[in-house]
Amino acid sequence: MTKAKAVRLIGVGNPYRGDDALGLLVVQQAKERLAGYPVEVREVAGDMTALLDAWDDADLAIVVDAVVSGAAPGTVHRFEVGETPLPRAMFATSTHALDVAQAVELARALGRLPRRLVLYGVEAGRLDTGSNLSPEVAQALPQVVEALCRDVLQALQGPD
Amino acid sequence: MKRRTIKVDYLARVEGEGALYIRMKDGQVTDVKLKIYEPPRFFEAFMRGRKYTEAPDITARICGICPVAYQMSASQAMEAILGIRVEGPLRDLRHLLYLGEWIESHMLHVYMLHAPDFLGYQSAIEMARDHPEVVQRGLQLKKYGNEIVAVVGGREVHPINVRVGGFYRVPTREELQSLVDKLKWGRDAALETVRWVASFDFPDFEMDYEFVALRHPEEYAILEGRILSNKGLDIAVHEYDDHFEEIHVPYSNALHSRIRGRGSYLVGPMARFNLNFDRLSPLAQEAAREVGLLPPCRNPFQSIIVRSIETLHAFDVALRLVENYDMPDSPVVEAEPRAGTGYGATEAPRGLLYHRYTIDDQGIILDAKIVPPTSQNQKAIEEDLWHFVPQNLDLPEDELVWRCEQAIRNYDPCISCATHFLKLHIERE
Repeated sequence: MTKAKAVRLIGVGNPYRGDDALGLLVVQQAKERLAGYPVEVREVAGDMTALLDAWDDADLAIVVDAVVSGAAPGTVHRFEVGETPLPRAMFATSTHALDVAQAVELARALGRLPRRLVLYGVEAGRLDTGSNLSPEVAQALPQVVEALCRDVLQALQGPD
Repeated sequence: MKRRTIKVDYLARVEGEGALYIRMKDGQVTDVKLKIYEPPRFFEAFMRGRKYTEAPDITARICGICPVAYQMSASQAMEAILGIRVEGPLRDLRHLLYLGEWIESHMLHVYMLHAPDFLGYQSAIEMARDHPEVVQRGLQLKKYGNEIVAVVGGREVHPINVRVGGFYRVPTREELQSLVDKLKWGRDAALETVRWVASFDFPDFEMDYEFVALRHPEEYAILEGRILSNKGLDIAVHEYDDHFEEIHVPYSNALHSRIRGRGSYLVGPMARFNLNFDRLSPLAQEAAREVGLLPPCRNPFQSIIVRSIETLHAFDVALRLVENYDMPDSPVVEAEPRAGTGYGATEAPRGLLYHRYTIDDQGIILDAKIVPPTSQNQKAIEEDLWHFVPQNLDLPEDELVWRCEQAIRNYDPCISCATHFLKLHIERE
């Protein structure tokens, strides 16, 4: 019997910064949908070096964050982190000290990437203080939850 | 007449977002403007009409890096209104929690954001490729700070365990004991950090700052104290508004703080170090002497050494607090709300954090004022640049920009506390 896979869902964001709350909402909802499956949820805000601890030793880590790349608000981007650096501009947003792309490259330099890392970035419409989700991002939310759950189930059921 | 223009659109490694604009003409600086977007203004309005018990948790969301600082200043202000004092082991737990946050914040800045400047790297990522063991040490130190916050505060990010009057739940002695070995490792690694950063080369640059920090009769002030300066200020926290004012500057939606009748001042690690050196733990004082950094330190570039010394102090004191901890009988000092105005000031990692609240007899917040450290330092940052740029005009363009960025990073300007994307524009006419 093989060892159960370590799966981490990591939400990035600040609930009081508009669409920046998205990452947190997605992983909370995905956790409910995946009740009963061996999935751990982490939240990260402010300091992205915490991502290295959040995905330590994971077989699959999925990070969800709001991004600003110039696409229409609510656009969902998905990246499988591989050999090449992430498009820096994509995850270089926001209110986080070291951004997600930098945390990925820092982990790569230190040999601390998880076995497999998937990033979901949802194009933010508004990042002002205290506002609710923009309608576009609110509409994209269930779709991201769905896609993320599909990733997790495929990984749990798939071969090593 | 010599005109030159430099524009840089993104200033890396500052926690947040804002803009800096410098204009020069014939080798003279003619304008320096630091533009900052400031969430506390929003939070002040957001607090009105809420219960006094919500203040610590809501204001904690202003900053992803220093939520504990906001919780502590807010709690202190509310406790002043309620007429209660949090003492003994509950106070020790708050002290410990706060030291955990200092460690996290300082180690993030020293290793990930500030050190690359001195070693000639564009970022911690390049530094990690050449010096992985050093960067790992920084991350481990920071992680132990996180663990203190997680054990006392309930979780690492946005601790949920703090409330007006104390905590929802206090850790057992065993839970705190689990930190002992980590804190001992951290203390040694922090001493190594002091020696490492003291070996950097520092630009020859000093300013005659007015340093402002809390001072406590026995401790290196963090939770409470009188507000002191090296130029004669010595006031109780409730007198803050009589001596400090916030000025609206037209080019920024942030407010600039100044001492009434005098002008700019500086809060943060250098101010604390200079005013309270005698209250640092003996080990931290010894390390400062060993590397030859003694007060008064007036070179903002050397703040990286001061942060490292404060981190050593934090591990040293945290270890003592953990070893001497006895679980209190009750996690909270209970009290009923009453109408009044209360003031709180604590030492956030970046400096003095002032809160003022007025509540009614039902405990509903009628008015809130929050002055974060970075907005207090804005004027000092601008003044540094007024002096620093003319001294470095012979540098090539890109290096001058790089140096200006460094001069701002000296202050570890905070993410959501005070800034919103720092874009740098230097215009030479």
